[in-house]
Amino acid sequence: MTTHYSKDHEWISIENGIGTVGITEHAQQALGDVVFVEVPDIGRVVVAKEAVAVVESVKAASDIFSPAAGEIVAVNNAIVKNSALVNEGAETTAWFFKIKLANPSDLDGLMDKAGYDRYCAENA
Amino acid sequence: MPMNTQGRPTQPGEATQSNAATFSGNSGLDHEEALIFEIGSANKSGVDLPEIPAHTQRLGGLERRAPIGLPGLSEPETMRHYVRLSRQNYAIDSGLYPLGSCTMKHNARLNEKMARLPGFGDLHPLQPQKTVQGALILMEMLAGYLMELTGMPAVALSPKAGAHGELCGMLAIKAAHDARVAREGGAKRSVVLVPESAHGTNPATAAFMGYSVRSIPARDDGTVAVDAVQAALSPDVAAIMLTNPNTCGLFEPEVVAIAQAVHDAGAYFYCDGANFNAIVGKVRPGDLGIDAMHINLHKTFSTPHGGGGPGSGPVVLSAALAPYAPLPFVIKEAAGYRLVEDITRESGEGRQPFGRLTAFHGQMGMFVRALTYMLSHGADGMRAASEDAVLNANYIRVGLRDLFSQPFGDRPCMHEVLFDDSWLKGTGITTLDFAKAMIDEGYHPMTMYFPLVVHGAMLIEPTESESKASLDQFIGTLGALASAAKSGDAQRFTEAPRFAPRRRLDETKAAREPRLVYTSPTSP
Repeated sequence: MTTHYSKDHEWISIENGIGTVGITEHAQQALGDVVFVEVPDIGRVVVAKEAVAVVESVKAASDIFSPAAGEIVAVNNAIVKNSALVNEGAETTAWFFKIKLANPSDLDGLMDKAGYDRYCAENA
Repeated sequence: MPMNTQGRPTQPGEATQSNAATFSGNSGLDHEEALIFEIGSANKSGVDLPEIPAHTQRLGGLERRAPIGLPGLSEPETMRHYVRLSRQNYAIDSGLYPLGSCTMKHNARLNEKMARLPGFGDLHPLQPQKTVQGALILMEMLAGYLMELTGMPAVALSPKAGAHGELCGMLAIKAAHDARVAREGGAKRSVVLVPESAHGTNPATAAFMGYSVRSIPARDDGTVAVDAVQAALSPDVAAIMLTNPNTCGLFEPEVVAIAQAVHDAGAYFYCDGANFNAIVGKVRPGDLGIDAMHINLHKTFSTPHGGGGPGSGPVVLSAALAPYAPLPFVIKEAAGYRLVEDITRESGEGRQPFGRLTAFHGQMGMFVRALTYMLSHGADGMRAASEDAVLNANYIRVGLRDLFSQPFGDRPCMHEVLFDDSWLKGTGITTLDFAKAMIDEGYHPMTMYFPLVVHGAMLIEPTESESKASLDQFIGTLGALASAAKSGDAQRFTEAPRFAPRRRLDETKAAREPRLVYTSPTSP
């Protein structure tokens, strides 16, 4: 399983052609207490960089972009019911949706962990 | 202890440091006011009403069957309740109100006097038009001055606020596109361009109308580049919504080229006029190539603002959009002034209103106040007000620049000055903490965390209403706070507000577990 990171602070982990998408620990910390989460409908077909989910904290509301094109095959309703989970496990249990990749080369423009950490440090 | 001959102490006693709560819950002469439902009771009444005479019920079974449960209070009880509440309100009439992009300027008492003249204040919107000729003349005068100041050939007076004005302008743009498609064929346009620094209402308006929003990134200097607009334009783009001066307090230097590029692509240019106070009498938006712009009378033209007071957001339109202006509008005829409410009864003129936005004619009381502001200032006075607003913002900018940090370098701003939070790095204090500490010092906080393009934004707009003495006091207080922040006095900020009627509220809990229905503490 490999994980890629976007400049918009999403992560996507790939397993058998299915990507699991969430927001990074860095994003979670910057947002502060998350108070509302909206996830897409299962079956929705999205293009890369399309806004597909919403995360709202006491500070700001932000769109979550799909790092890759494909079809939404699962969503995490647990974070919809309890948005605090996003603060507790942004890169583990609090994933937002799973997407069946239409075009694996979408991942080419993303960063690996080391690259993302460097990106955050440079933009801090 | 020194006393006079009646035994009354003539000097203060020994100061004690006791901060114990009072027995009454009140603080000095400021009352801890309960809700009106808790002061009054449904079982009593402060009004002596006659018995309802015998009557036949004709509501078809819809009449109320149980008491409504409104609290009964006497007039003095009611009066005290609302006066005490009003004392807890912070207003431009009680102090400096530096909310950026809000233009919290003084509403002159002359405005109030004029709005209360019975010929304006006591009108009913359904009165015969021949009995309200003065009001119609006033509306036509106001419309004329708004067109003069903006260099635009048409105006819709009825929108009730800025966002409503945005909707009005965008509906006119949509009507123009629809008319083009009906005339020439071609595809509908579905995208609206919105810069990152825009007011949140801009993308909301576009989305509300069914457009998809394409975001334009800001340059490193906080402005929008024509190249970025050019790159985002396509045959699918209906309009751009741009604020000028923008929410970073900067005049968009490429606005004319942006307008040209937008028009070349067959799209329209909506300008958010929230910051018009910076340029009244200096720049005519029509000369910049703008097609539609709302004007917040409650900002730029000093009508009351905040606390839910009625807003008013007339929209000026370019020649291309003028035919689609909504109903109603005032026209002058030989027999007098007339409000056109139904276009199907009119002949010629080529008008194709997109419809109407309000049941009646707009915020008449605000029209009176705005026109009073215009006439009492005159053309030179309005220009001077804009110049003073810009001067005041820059006076604060220069007064605080050595302590605060400016995100886009040390250069003049327009009507508002934007700082970021990089100067707070390492202090453990956030923009929110700083804003709360300002409350302790007697100031309403500035706009914070907006615009979103800047981290920990602090956006300060003093308006022209403040004197130099007032600005000096404000700069002195914020400077003292900044020095305290940098010298490690974090407690002053993280514990703030210490002296407000309420301490820091739990925003997270309020959002996660909102209690939206009042329950009486005494109910079982």
